[in-house]
Amino acid sequence: MRKQFVKTVESILEKDKKAVLLLGDIGVFGFKRAFELFPDRVLNIGILEQSAVGLAAGLSINGLIPIIHTIAPFLVERSIEQLKDDFGYQKLGGNFVSVGASYDYAALGCTHHCPGDVGMLKNIPGMEIVLPGTAEEFDKLFRKSYANGKPTYFRLSEKQNSQSHNVKFGQAEIVKKGKLATILAVGPMLELAIMAAEDLDVTILYYTAIIPFDKKTLKENSESGKILLCEPYYAGALLPEILETLSPKPVSVESIGVPIQMMTNYGTAGEHDESIGFTYKNIRKKLLKLIKQ
Amino acid sequence: MKNPLKKLKQIIVNASAKSGEGHIPSAFSILDILWTLYDKILKIDPKNPRADDRDFFILSKGHASLGLYAVLAEKEFFPLSELENFGKFNSILGGHPDRNKVPGVEASTGSLGHGFPISAGVALGLKIKEKSNKVFVLIGDGECNEGTVWESALLASHHNLSNLCCIVDYNHSTDRALEMGDIAEKFKAFGWDSCVINGHDHEEIYNALIKKSDKPRAIIANTIKGYGAKSMENNPAWHHKSPSPEEFDILLEELS
Repeated sequence: MRKQFVKTVESILEKDKKAVLLLGDIGVFGFKRAFELFPDRVLNIGILEQSAVGLAAGLSINGLIPIIHTIAPFLVERSIEQLKDDFGYQKLGGNFVSVGASYDYAALGCTHHCPGDVGMLKNIPGMEIVLPGTAEEFDKLFRKSYANGKPTYFRLSEKQNSQSHNVKFGQAEIVKKGKLATILAVGPMLELAIMAAEDLDVTILYYTAIIPFDKKTLKENSESGKILLCEPYYAGALLPEILETLSPKPVSVESIGVPIQMMTNYGTAGEHDESIGFTYKNIRKKLLKLIKQ
Repeated sequence: MKNPLKKLKQIIVNASAKSGEGHIPSAFSILDILWTLYDKILKIDPKNPRADDRDFFILSKGHASLGLYAVLAEKEFFPLSELENFGKFNSILGGHPDRNKVPGVEASTGSLGHGFPISAGVALGLKIKEKSNKVFVLIGDGECNEGTVWESALLASHHNLSNLCCIVDYNHSTDRALEMGDIAEKFKAFGWDSCVINGHDHEEIYNALIKKSDKPRAIIANTIKGYGAKSMENNPAWHHKSPSPEEFDILLEELS
């Protein structure tokens, strides 16, 4: 996804003179060509995320389209007040593209983990949140929304789905249709959801946007009232949307997500996946339990 | 135009008394600077406040909003009568300014240390667009405690934002917490041109504002918090307080 991010943004910088890329001293080598081609609009802004976000708001006031890129905890958690006041409150457009989703940088420890990004950003009214599942999907979703005048967060992850889908911005994709339960899979969780549901008569809905949330597709594809929510960040961020969408119908919800705890182990993201149950076997177990209810 | 500062101070005191809100001393501290900017310096049209060729002013210490509102109203960005509604539920004028409500307000500020980075972004954007508009930002000495002030100072000098001028309202109100010392020298150390002036002397303010440089410029304006109301000057009890009926009469009497 990071390579695609470079390609997509390079192409946008070429076509759209309003686009300005700010790097938090991350991805500098990848954007080497862009630095040469667009020296005025590609800046290694430095390691000062709060001011970089504020500065980006100033660019936006000026009619430019900022794209800020750095590691998730610094872009989101460190700069949350700037994202709220300078973009959300002021109703300014900008693009915030993170790497290091959840525990992608497992070996670097908790300071570099960020499973809380989506939950925090959901509390900023007007903020759009996008989790592409593949590089191709990122390209499509970013091109569609980068200039829409809204603050939009794109979460790049190391984990990708093996197949791209025909994603549309803010619209869920029906991957599979069945009767016994509905799986709501977010971004890179789709792969495990498909494996877990193999040979089971269930619906799989694929969400690449948390906000705007596609209520219609969920409402029309949740006849069983049994929902399995698969999220790659802190568990349960989408629970309010699910309950609100399906109310007053009674629903049973099972959830797979990152547990809210400090993940103090190191190792690889795969080892963390195993330790918190991000496996197709565990998802299938939860799904079967839900179906039996 | 005749110097209307006494009238503006009356309007500020009145708005605060009526609403039970507002930071009067902070507004009085910057009123001479604001008036000089809007009367003599800024290229900005009240009838078209978002014109492409306008100069930008950002009040980073947003709690001094009453001062900005009074000056904007005097310059006919909106009717003076709006000040009567200050702080009310449906008012466009709140304790901190909102760019989506108030004509002439460029940035919604309030949390300290936000307006300065935004102003650096506006200045950088103008540079990218090869425009000659100027950007002025006003911060407080207490606000200088915030790390984003110095991050933005670094950014502005690194990117040669000579179109940016930062005015520091140095009224020493937060010396009790953290003394900022020689702010002019600090800005110089960050690669800026800087000078020190009397922030209540209109000629000094004007001369400092019109100076040109190939660097970003900091104007350290020595000010008195609550300037022009003797009972309020440098009196921390007044920081965020509206006058009682008795205090209201005394304040109006002593305004200069």
